Amino acid sequence: MNRYTFAILVHNRFGVLNRVTSMFRRRRFNIASLTVSETETSAYSRITAVFDGEEATKEQLMSQLYKLPDVVMVSELDREDTVNSELLLIKLANRGGEQRNDILDAAGVFEAKVMEYNRDAIILQLVGDTRLIDNFVDLMRDYDILESCRTGVISLSRGVGTMRDGIA
Amino acid sequence: MQLKGAQIVVRTLMEQGVDLVFGFPGATVIDIYDALYDHADKIRHVLVAHEQGAAHAADGYARATGKVGVCLATSGPGSTNLVTGIAAAFMDSVPIVVVTGNVATSQIGTDSFQEIDITGVTLPITKHNYFVEDVDELADTIREAFRLAQSGRKGPVLVDIAKDVQQALGEYEPAQAVVPEEPCLADGVVFSDAAACINACHRPLVYFGGGVVSAGAEQELLELADKIDAPIACSLMGISAVPSSHPRFLGMEGMHGNYAATMAMKNADCIIALGCRFSDRSIGNREKFGVGVHIVHVDVDRSELSKNTNDEYGIVGDVGLAIRKLLQLLRPADHRGWRELVAKLRADQALQQDTREGLTPRAVLAAVDARRDRDSVVVTDVGQHQMWSAQYLRFDRPRTFVTNGGLGAMGFGLPAAIGASLATGRRTLLVVGDGGFGMSLHELATAVSTAAPLTILVMNNGVLGMVRQWQSMFYDKRYASTTLSSYRHTDFVAVAKAFGADGMAVDTLERLEDALTRAEQADGPYLIDCAIGADEFVLPMLSPGGTLGDIIVKVVG
Repeated sequence: MNRYTFAILVHNRFGVLNRVTSMFRRRRFNIASLTVSETETSAYSRITAVFDGEEATKEQLMSQLYKLPDVVMVSELDREDTVNSELLLIKLANRGGEQRNDILDAAGVFEAKVMEYNRDAIILQLVGDTRLIDNFVDLMRDYDILESCRTGVISLSRGVGTMRDGIA
Repeated sequence: MQLKGAQIVVRTLMEQGVDLVFGFPGATVIDIYDALYDHADKIRHVLVAHEQGAAHAADGYARATGKVGVCLATSGPGSTNLVTGIAAAFMDSVPIVVVTGNVATSQIGTDSFQEIDITGVTLPITKHNYFVEDVDELADTIREAFRLAQSGRKGPVLVDIAKDVQQALGEYEPAQAVVPEEPCLADGVVFSDAAACINACHRPLVYFGGGVVSAGAEQELLELADKIDAPIACSLMGISAVPSSHPRFLGMEGMHGNYAATMAMKNADCIIALGCRFSDRSIGNREKFGVGVHIVHVDVDRSELSKNTNDEYGIVGDVGLAIRKLLQLLRPADHRGWRELVAKLRADQALQQDTREGLTPRAVLAAVDARRDRDSVVVTDVGQHQMWSAQYLRFDRPRTFVTNGGLGAMGFGLPAAIGASLATGRRTLLVVGDGGFGMSLHELATAVSTAAPLTILVMNNGVLGMVRQWQSMFYDKRYASTTLSSYRHTDFVAVAKAFGADGMAVDTLERLEDALTRAEQADGPYLIDCAIGADEFVLPMLSPGGTLGDIIVKVVG
């Protein structure tokens, strides 16, 4: 099983995300992460999808994406040539004492930001690539995680090129 | 010019060349019906009994003519009733445009009376769909729907129009009928690689599906087979594209395919697959199919390449253009040994032929076929009779065999046959089982009201024959809920008469001939209730989940 990241440029219209995810669902594509947002132009939205699967399934996924009339462009992002980032928010119980100090030390090492600190809870924010965030969450499992969420990956290719360059 | 939205709908349909619309009125399409009333001389509206029939009829119209079929229904149940019909067209890549009304935009999302999110419901069974909430986008949206339906891999497109949009005034500029996207063709080294593979092989098979009909590439296909000296087999959707009498043509292969076609597929060393999707019914277990066989696969839909098979050479593009390009690279071949093997397969098939006397499925269809106008269309429903029709009926012309392959929707037959008969104006033959006929026999009302030239041959075995066949072969003859004759006592001739059609029941070949004569002389629909045995099997048969080699040609006991 391999991990692939796609950027999908779609028309910025009502229901487009639904069309894309409906296709993923009915064809059983294993999507690990999905984000959607506006772009530099109001005409398009950009979906970043991380997919786990075999090469042939990946080809099938791209072909199926291109069959959706609202999909303008699909590009497979090469990890080496891409800047990838996601954001984590994690809420931990503040037990005070040594445990609290350990949490704050770890946060310092990872350059996570303290977003909230009160006598009951600490909320940390961490921005970085997926592996960094995975590692941090793993470390925090030693403490009392109350809640956490992450945005999923967003990616831009390095260099001056853009996805819009590929639109005929 | 300023027009009401409903008028814009009708004018746009007219500019797209629509002459026939199948539908059923309701609260949210009253305005469109009101506008159709003004243009009844240009667009004929056929009132169906149930909206599912409207979608199947539009589908039958499109399959028989190659033009876009159109159906119209109201919001809520009107639109949900279309769903099976849309799905049937989607699975077989048939171009239809579905127009539905919806509640006013101010009521959308409030669960108002007869409000259904039909664009949501039909998301996975349309090529695309639209909800129109601005009258100024109405005409262009409908045009785009026609363009999409006919471009690339064809299929259904739905346009849902809010009621207030139909009533609002908008600007309408007449336009020409849309032109589908230019047929595309991939470029690159794959052509020379594929040609080299075909040139080097010894047992090539040209195998095709509905994509060849859709692309109108029948002549190119025959030219290809002649040049490389290959036999030809097809999927269910390919039937009638190549004349049945063509010396290279072996017929349908697959789960219930002709023996020679299926065995040729098994023995080929190179399959040139054109406009087909290698469904499970064609190839059996996809993990075990095509091992050691070279596959050259041409399809206009890139996602079909290597979806079910391991296609060594995948060519994306219009089938006709692709064949022409391949022909330039192919050397004339002479595969004598392969020809002899195929001739042997044909001879073996002839030996398996059912020679029993009486009203056997083969005898019934032979009698019908002998006097059938070969320019007219045969429509089937789904089940045993469908497979027998595919195996035994003979065709001369593309688009004369209309059947629902992918979805396999029982109930498709009668409304699709109405669509095909009204589209062609020729007496159309519907072959249907008693089970499937029961699912849409209310459309006899439509057949009568339109005086559709239709011969309805009900192959009546009193059972759900295909399921019973599986119960006989794989479920220890436990006939759960398939013996219709023990629950029902439907007199189909009386039903036909009640609807205002005529018909007769037959239980001998002589009476069948008599009935066929009466049908030929009828002005509108004529029903023949033809009794056949409950335990007639469709053979050959491939074991479910098996390979092409697991072919059952005879069932004992």
